Amino acid sequence: MKSSIIVFPGSNCDRDIAVALEKMQFKNKMIWHKETKLPKSDLIVLPGGFSYGDYLRSGAIAGKSLIIDEVIKAANEGCLILGICNGFQILTETGLLKGTLLRNKNLKFINKDVQIKVMNNETRFSNKYKKNELLKINIAHNEGNFFTDDNHLQELNDNNLIAFKYCDEKGIINEESNPNGSLENIAGIYNSKKNILGMMPHPERMVDKLISNTDGINLFSSLLN
Amino acid sequence: MKFSITVTLKKDVLDPQGKVVQNTLMNLGLNLKNIRQGKYFEIEVDEKDQTKAEKNIDVMCKKLLVNLIIEDYKINKL
Repeated sequence: MKSSIIVFPGSNCDRDIAVALEKMQFKNKMIWHKETKLPKSDLIVLPGGFSYGDYLRSGAIAGKSLIIDEVIKAANEGCLILGICNGFQILTETGLLKGTLLRNKNLKFINKDVQIKVMNNETRFSNKYKKNELLKINIAHNEGNFFTDDNHLQELNDNNLIAFKYCDEKGIINEESNPNGSLENIAGIYNSKKNILGMMPHPERMVDKLISNTDGINLFSSLLN
Repeated sequence: MKFSITVTLKKDVLDPQGKVVQNTLMNLGLNLKNIRQGKYFEIEVDEKDQTKAEKNIDVMCKKLLVNLIIEDYKINKL
Protein backbone atom coordinates (compact mmCIF):
# COMPACT_ATOMS: atom_id res chain seq x y z
CA MET A 1 0.00 0.00 0.00
CA LYS A 2 1.37 3.38 -1.01
CA SER A 3 0.97 6.45 1.14
CA SER A 4 1.85 10.13 0.80
CA ILE A 5 2.19 12.52 3.71
CA ILE A 6 1.75 16.18 2.84
CA VAL A 7 4.21 18.38 4.72
CA PHE A 8 3.43 22.05 5.38
CA PRO A 9 5.59 24.67 7.06
CA GLY A 10 4.70 24.11 10.72
CA SER A 11 3.67 20.45 10.42
CA ASN A 12 5.20 18.62 13.38
CA CYS A 13 3.58 15.18 13.42
CA ASP A 14 4.62 14.28 9.86
CA ARG A 15 7.54 12.14 11.01
CA ASP A 16 5.50 10.36 13.68
CA ILE A 17 2.90 9.31 11.15
CA ALA A 18 5.67 8.27 8.73
CA VAL A 19 7.17 6.03 11.42
CA ALA A 20 3.75 4.53 12.14
CA LEU A 21 3.02 3.88 8.44
CA GLU A 22 6.44 2.39 7.77
CA LYS A 23 6.11 0.15 10.81
CA MET A 24 2.93 -1.18 9.17
CA GLN A 25 4.80 -1.74 5.88
CA PHE A 26 3.29 1.17 3.94
CA LYS A 27 5.52 2.47 1.16
CA ASN A 28 5.52 6.10 2.15
CA LYS A 29 6.60 9.35 0.53
CA MET A 30 6.81 12.81 2.07
CA ILE A 31 5.33 15.49 -0.20
CA TRP A 32 6.16 19.17 0.25
CA HIS A 33 3.11 21.45 -0.02
CA LYS A 34 4.54 23.35 -3.00
CA GLU A 35 4.51 20.25 -5.19
CA THR A 36 1.89 20.23 -7.92
CA LYS A 37 1.90 16.48 -8.59
CA LEU A 38 1.12 13.66 -6.21
CA PRO A 39 2.67 10.23 -6.65
CA LYS A 40 0.07 7.50 -7.10
CA SER A 41 -1.16 6.86 -3.57
CA ASP A 42 -3.73 4.62 -1.89
CA LEU A 43 -3.64 6.84 1.18
CA ILE A 44 -2.92 10.55 1.60
CA VAL A 45 -2.26 11.87 5.11
CA LEU A 46 -2.55 15.46 6.26
CA PRO A 47 -0.53 15.41 9.47
CA GLY A 48 -0.86 17.26 12.75
CA GLY A 49 1.01 20.39 13.67
CA PHE A 50 0.58 24.12 13.35
CA SER A 51 0.70 24.76 9.61
CA TYR A 52 1.51 28.43 8.95
CA GLY A 53 1.46 29.09 12.69
CA ASP A 54 -2.35 28.77 12.69
CA TYR A 55 -2.50 32.21 11.00
CA LEU A 56 -6.00 33.45 10.07
CA ARG A 57 -7.67 30.20 11.24
CA SER A 58 -6.12 26.79 11.96
CA GLY A 59 -5.63 25.06 8.61
CA ALA A 60 -6.94 27.98 6.53
CA ILE A 61 -3.71 28.81 4.70
CA ALA A 62 -2.61 25.18 4.28
CA GLY A 63 -6.07 24.49 2.86
CA LYS A 64 -5.22 26.75 -0.10
CA SER A 65 -1.72 25.43 -0.85
CA LEU A 66 -0.68 24.26 -4.31
CA ILE A 67 -0.81 20.53 -3.58
CA ILE A 68 -4.36 20.73 -2.19
CA ASP A 69 -5.97 20.75 -5.66
CA GLU A 70 -4.32 17.37 -6.25
CA VAL A 71 -5.51 16.09 -2.87
CA ILE A 72 -9.08 17.16 -3.67
CA LYS A 73 -8.85 15.49 -7.08
CA ALA A 74 -7.55 12.25 -5.55
CA ALA A 75 -10.25 12.37 -2.85
CA ASN A 76 -12.96 12.72 -5.47
CA GLU A 77 -11.52 9.70 -7.28
CA GLY A 78 -11.91 7.67 -4.08
CA CYS A 79 -8.39 7.82 -2.66
CA LEU A 80 -8.31 7.34 1.13
CA ILE A 81 -7.57 10.56 2.99
CA LEU A 82 -6.66 10.76 6.67
CA GLY A 83 -6.44 14.13 8.42
CA ILE A 84 -5.19 14.09 11.99
CA CYS A 85 -5.51 17.12 14.29
CA ASN A 86 -4.29 20.06 12.16
CA GLY A 87 -4.94 17.73 9.20
CA PHE A 88 -8.61 17.52 10.26
CA GLN A 89 -8.72 21.32 10.47
CA ILE A 90 -7.21 21.52 6.97
CA LEU A 91 -9.80 19.06 5.62
CA THR A 92 -12.64 21.26 6.89
CA GLU A 93 -11.00 24.35 5.39
CA THR A 94 -10.73 22.67 1.98
CA GLY A 95 -14.38 21.63 2.16
CA LEU A 96 -13.53 17.92 1.85
CA LEU A 97 -15.17 17.55 5.26
CA LYS A 98 -18.04 19.72 6.42
CA GLY A 99 -18.08 21.48 9.78
CA THR A 100 -15.27 23.25 11.54
CA LEU A 101 -13.06 23.10 14.63
CA LEU A 102 -13.52 25.96 17.08
CA ARG A 103 -11.32 27.02 19.96
CA ASN A 104 -11.54 24.60 22.91
CA LYS A 105 -14.42 25.56 25.17
CA ASN A 106 -12.15 26.04 28.20
CA LEU A 107 -9.71 28.14 26.11
CA LYS A 108 -6.83 25.85 27.10
CA PHE A 109 -4.43 23.91 24.93
CA ILE A 110 -5.20 20.31 25.91
CA ASN A 111 -2.50 17.67 25.75
CA LYS A 112 -3.54 14.40 27.38
CA ASP A 113 -4.55 10.83 26.70
CA VAL A 114 -8.32 10.56 26.42
CA GLN A 115 -10.77 7.74 25.97
CA ILE A 116 -12.61 7.53 22.67
CA LYS A 117 -15.24 5.10 21.42
CA VAL A 118 -15.32 3.52 17.95
CA MET A 119 -18.78 4.47 16.65
CA ASN A 120 -18.55 2.79 13.24
CA ASN A 121 -16.28 -0.21 12.63
CA GLU A 122 -17.36 -0.85 9.06
CA THR A 123 -15.08 1.53 7.20
CA ARG A 124 -11.70 1.29 5.51
CA PHE A 125 -10.23 3.03 8.57
CA SER A 126 -11.88 1.07 11.35
CA ASN A 127 -12.67 -2.51 10.26
CA LYS A 128 -10.09 -4.03 12.63
CA TYR A 129 -11.75 -2.45 15.66
CA LYS A 130 -14.84 -3.76 17.39
CA LYS A 131 -17.96 -1.61 17.45
CA ASN A 132 -18.01 0.53 20.61
CA GLU A 133 -14.42 -0.47 21.36
CA LEU A 134 -12.73 1.95 23.76
CA LEU A 135 -9.34 3.36 22.81
CA LYS A 136 -6.97 5.51 24.79
CA ILE A 137 -5.51 8.04 22.39
CA ASN A 138 -3.56 11.25 22.89
CA ILE A 139 -5.05 14.62 21.98
CA ALA A 140 -2.99 17.80 21.72
CA HIS A 141 -4.86 20.80 20.39
CA ASN A 142 -6.16 24.27 20.98
CA GLU A 143 -8.93 24.18 18.36
CA GLY A 144 -10.63 20.80 18.58
CA ASN A 145 -14.15 21.85 19.43
CA PHE A 146 -16.11 20.32 16.56
CA PHE A 147 -19.01 22.44 15.35
CA THR A 148 -21.39 22.13 12.43
CA ASP A 149 -24.91 23.07 11.36
CA ASP A 150 -28.00 21.06 12.29
CA ASN A 151 -28.41 19.57 8.80
CA HIS A 152 -24.89 18.21 8.76
CA LEU A 153 -25.19 16.88 12.31
CA GLN A 154 -28.36 15.07 11.26
CA GLU A 155 -26.56 13.69 8.19
CA LEU A 156 -23.65 12.48 10.36
CA ASN A 157 -26.03 10.65 12.68
CA ASP A 158 -28.38 9.28 10.00
CA ASN A 159 -25.59 7.90 7.83
CA ASN A 160 -23.31 6.61 10.56
CA LEU A 161 -20.57 9.10 9.66
CA ILE A 162 -19.34 9.72 13.18
CA ALA A 163 -16.04 7.85 13.53
CA PHE A 164 -15.16 8.39 17.19
CA LYS A 165 -16.67 10.07 20.26
CA TYR A 166 -14.99 11.17 23.47
CA CYS A 167 -16.12 9.12 26.46
CA ASP A 168 -14.99 8.11 29.94
CA GLU A 169 -13.22 4.88 30.91
CA LYS A 170 -16.54 3.08 31.16
CA GLY A 171 -17.54 4.26 27.69
CA ILE A 172 -20.06 6.80 28.92
CA ILE A 173 -20.45 9.72 26.54
CA ASN A 174 -21.40 12.87 28.44
CA GLU A 175 -20.34 16.43 29.14
CA GLU A 176 -17.78 15.39 31.76
CA SER A 177 -16.02 13.16 29.24
CA ASN A 178 -15.97 15.88 26.58
CA PRO A 179 -12.54 17.52 26.74
CA ASN A 180 -13.05 20.41 24.34
CA GLY A 181 -16.76 21.16 23.96
CA SER A 182 -17.29 19.28 20.67
CA LEU A 183 -20.88 18.83 19.53
CA GLU A 184 -22.15 15.43 20.74
CA ASN A 185 -18.58 14.59 21.93
CA ILE A 186 -17.51 14.09 18.31
CA ALA A 187 -13.77 13.32 17.97
CA GLY A 188 -13.72 12.28 14.31
CA ILE A 189 -15.98 12.17 11.25
CA TYR A 190 -16.19 10.66 7.76
CA ASN A 191 -17.37 12.22 4.52
CA SER A 192 -20.47 10.69 2.92
CA LYS A 193 -18.42 8.17 0.87
CA LYS A 194 -16.39 7.26 3.97
CA ASN A 195 -13.08 7.54 2.10
CA ILE A 196 -12.08 10.62 4.12
CA LEU A 197 -11.53 10.56 7.88
CA GLY A 198 -10.78 13.63 9.96
CA MET A 199 -9.98 13.16 13.64
CA MET A 200 -8.50 15.24 16.46
CA PRO A 201 -6.87 12.36 18.43
CA HIS A 202 -3.43 11.13 17.32
CA PRO A 203 -3.45 7.38 16.49
CA GLU A 204 0.13 7.66 15.20
CA ARG A 205 1.27 8.34 18.78
CA MET A 206 -0.23 5.03 19.92
CA VAL A 207 1.69 2.42 17.95
CA ASP A 208 4.43 1.42 20.38
CA LYS A 209 4.09 0.01 23.91
CA LEU A 210 7.45 1.43 24.87
CA ILE A 211 6.27 5.04 24.67
CA SER A 212 2.47 4.81 24.98
CA ASN A 213 0.14 2.01 23.99
CA THR A 214 -0.89 0.28 20.77
CA ASP A 215 -4.51 1.42 20.51
CA GLY A 216 -3.77 3.28 17.26
CA ILE A 217 -2.34 0.31 15.38
CA ASN A 218 -5.65 -1.12 14.24
CA LEU A 219 -6.48 2.06 12.37
CA PHE A 220 -3.47 1.45 10.14
CA SER A 221 -4.01 -2.31 9.91
CA SER A 222 -7.64 -1.61 8.93
CA LEU A 223 -6.33 0.36 5.97
CA LEU A 224 -4.23 -2.61 4.90
CA ASN A 225 -7.16 -4.99 5.21
CA MET B 1 -9.61 52.13 -3.18
CA LYS B 2 -9.56 50.94 0.42
CA PHE B 3 -12.04 48.75 2.24
CA SER B 4 -12.43 47.42 5.75
CA ILE B 5 -13.78 44.00 6.54
CA THR B 6 -15.17 43.08 9.92
CA VAL B 7 -15.54 39.39 10.66
CA THR B 8 -17.64 38.29 13.60
CA LEU B 9 -18.81 34.95 14.93
CA LYS B 10 -22.41 34.09 14.06
CA LYS B 11 -24.98 34.67 16.76
CA ASP B 12 -25.33 31.05 17.90
CA VAL B 13 -21.60 30.22 17.85
CA LEU B 14 -19.95 30.11 21.26
CA ASP B 15 -17.32 32.82 21.73
CA PRO B 16 -15.25 31.76 24.76
CA GLN B 17 -12.63 34.48 24.19
CA GLY B 18 -15.30 37.16 24.18
CA LYS B 19 -16.74 35.70 27.38
CA VAL B 20 -13.39 35.88 29.17
CA VAL B 21 -12.85 39.47 28.00
CA GLN B 22 -16.35 40.32 29.19
CA ASN B 23 -15.77 38.75 32.61
CA THR B 24 -12.48 40.61 32.99
CA LEU B 25 -14.08 43.95 32.15
CA MET B 26 -16.84 43.24 34.64
CA ASN B 27 -14.24 42.33 37.29
CA LEU B 28 -12.73 45.77 36.65
CA GLY B 29 -16.07 47.22 37.71
CA LEU B 30 -17.11 48.18 34.18
CA ASN B 31 -20.68 47.77 33.18
CA LEU B 32 -21.60 45.98 29.97
CA LYS B 33 -24.19 43.67 28.57
CA ASN B 34 -22.35 41.51 26.04
CA ILE B 35 -19.14 41.23 24.00
CA ARG B 36 -18.45 39.35 20.78
CA GLN B 37 -14.83 39.23 19.65
CA GLY B 38 -14.01 39.36 15.94
CA LYS B 39 -11.38 40.11 13.29
CA TYR B 40 -10.66 43.21 11.24
CA PHE B 41 -8.94 43.54 7.85
CA GLU B 42 -8.04 46.56 5.72
CA ILE B 43 -7.61 45.84 2.03
CA GLU B 44 -6.43 48.18 -0.69
CA VAL B 45 -7.24 47.33 -4.31
CA ASP B 46 -6.13 48.86 -7.58
CA GLU B 47 -9.63 49.42 -9.01
CA LYS B 48 -11.59 52.58 -9.76
CA ASP B 49 -15.05 51.04 -10.12
CA GLN B 50 -16.47 50.61 -6.61
CA THR B 51 -18.93 47.87 -7.55
CA LYS B 52 -16.19 45.84 -9.18
CA ALA B 53 -13.88 46.40 -6.25
CA GLU B 54 -16.51 45.30 -3.75
CA LYS B 55 -17.19 42.18 -5.78
CA ASN B 56 -13.50 41.42 -5.73
CA ILE B 57 -13.32 41.87 -1.95
CA ASP B 58 -16.39 39.68 -1.53
CA VAL B 59 -14.64 36.86 -3.40
CA MET B 60 -11.63 37.24 -1.06
CA CYS B 61 -13.93 36.94 1.94
CA LYS B 62 -15.69 33.86 0.63
CA LYS B 63 -12.52 32.12 -0.59
CA LEU B 64 -10.25 32.66 2.38
CA LEU B 65 -10.87 35.39 4.90
CA VAL B 66 -14.15 34.14 6.33
CA ASN B 67 -15.28 30.71 7.45
CA LEU B 68 -18.91 30.95 6.37
CA ILE B 69 -20.02 28.14 8.67
CA ILE B 70 -19.28 30.12 11.80
CA GLU B 71 -18.59 33.70 10.75
CA ASP B 72 -20.44 36.70 9.29
CA TYR B 73 -18.72 39.62 7.59
CA LYS B 74 -19.32 43.23 6.64
CA ILE B 75 -17.48 45.18 3.94
CA ASN B 76 -17.15 48.96 4.28
CA LYS B 77 -15.53 51.47 1.95
CA LEU B 78 -12.94 53.59 3.75
